[in-house]
Amino acid sequence: MPAVHDRGGWPTDDPIDREEHEWADWERQTQSLRTVLDNKGFMNVDELRRGIESIAPAEYEASTYFERWSASIETMLVEKGVLTIKEIDDRAKALRDRWGYPS
Amino acid sequence: MSEDKDRGGFFDTGWRPSGDVHRDEDGRPHDHPGVREDVGLGVRASRALAMHELLVEKGVIGEGEVDEMTEAVNKRVPSNGATLVAKAWSDPEFRTKLLEHPKETVIESGFVPEHNADIIVLENTPEVQHMVVCTLCSCYPTQLLGPPPDWYKSFSYRSRAVTEPRAVMSEFGLELDEETEVRVVDSNSELRFLVIPRRPDGTDGWSEGQLATLVNRNSMIGVAAATEPGTD
Repeated sequence: MPAVHDRGGWPTDDPIDREEHEWADWERQTQSLRTVLDNKGFMNVDELRRGIESIAPAEYEASTYFERWSASIETMLVEKGVLTIKEIDDRAKALRDRWGYPS
Repeated sequence: MSEDKDRGGFFDTGWRPSGDVHRDEDGRPHDHPGVREDVGLGVRASRALAMHELLVEKGVIGEGEVDEMTEAVNKRVPSNGATLVAKAWSDPEFRTKLLEHPKETVIESGFVPEHNADIIVLENTPEVQHMVVCTLCSCYPTQLLGPPPDWYKSFSYRSRAVTEPRAVMSEFGLELDEETEVRVVDSNSELRFLVIPRRPDGTDGWSEGQLATLVNRNSMIGVAAATEPGTD
């Protein structure tokens, strides 16, 4: 069984869906945030991939593309001591409360 | 997006790729980006937004910096690559330069490679068809083609591009001669690929500008042919 990200070594007959989803703002923001962090030396593309590849297989499979980016950015920023998990937990909860989404 | 869109279960965040921004009646986004009322805000989405807020508050990044980056990213479009291909079709000297010194030529043409990645330019001919994939994720020459399409990032393309590239091309409408050799190239974070598709017949005397209209994005990934004149 190959690693979860190694799709080239993982044959499938699934059709290729060529429909494009409309990007949500948070996805554009997350893509740009990664580049901004790269330019400042906080995480390069290899680290982005390492973060993505270290996501638990079940989450990797279930996540959308930028959800995986979000997980990876978090892994890197926590690993480097820029943010803590608790800070992110608390702020994410505050945002959800602010906008009326269940925590 | 089949595998990305509909898989719930273990880590179902509630968010779906079709989720879009709330907009006021005048079209301005509300202050909760990336949220669709009927599906809610996913866990990873809210954590991404939380990280952004915290990084700005701590002064790690500037307040408008991410938005400025998004504006710059929006200028990366497939017509960038198309101008290079059209020029290569028109100007043999430029074609040679682009194939032999791709990175320098791309930079000289005014396109800045993302994080200084290297680039290789491959030319499709009746004998050889190149097709680009990133099996591990989604690496792609974004400065020349814009952000990769969803299908390029999909699990099925990343797998089937390797195991049955001809079938994939056929799905994209390209039926190759059996004699044509297929070479699939796998991108990575340090190395991206641009494909020069075959110039369509019936385009003698066309200007670079006219030719560029035939250079569709998929042909520069190598999964499709350039657009035939009069069919777009």
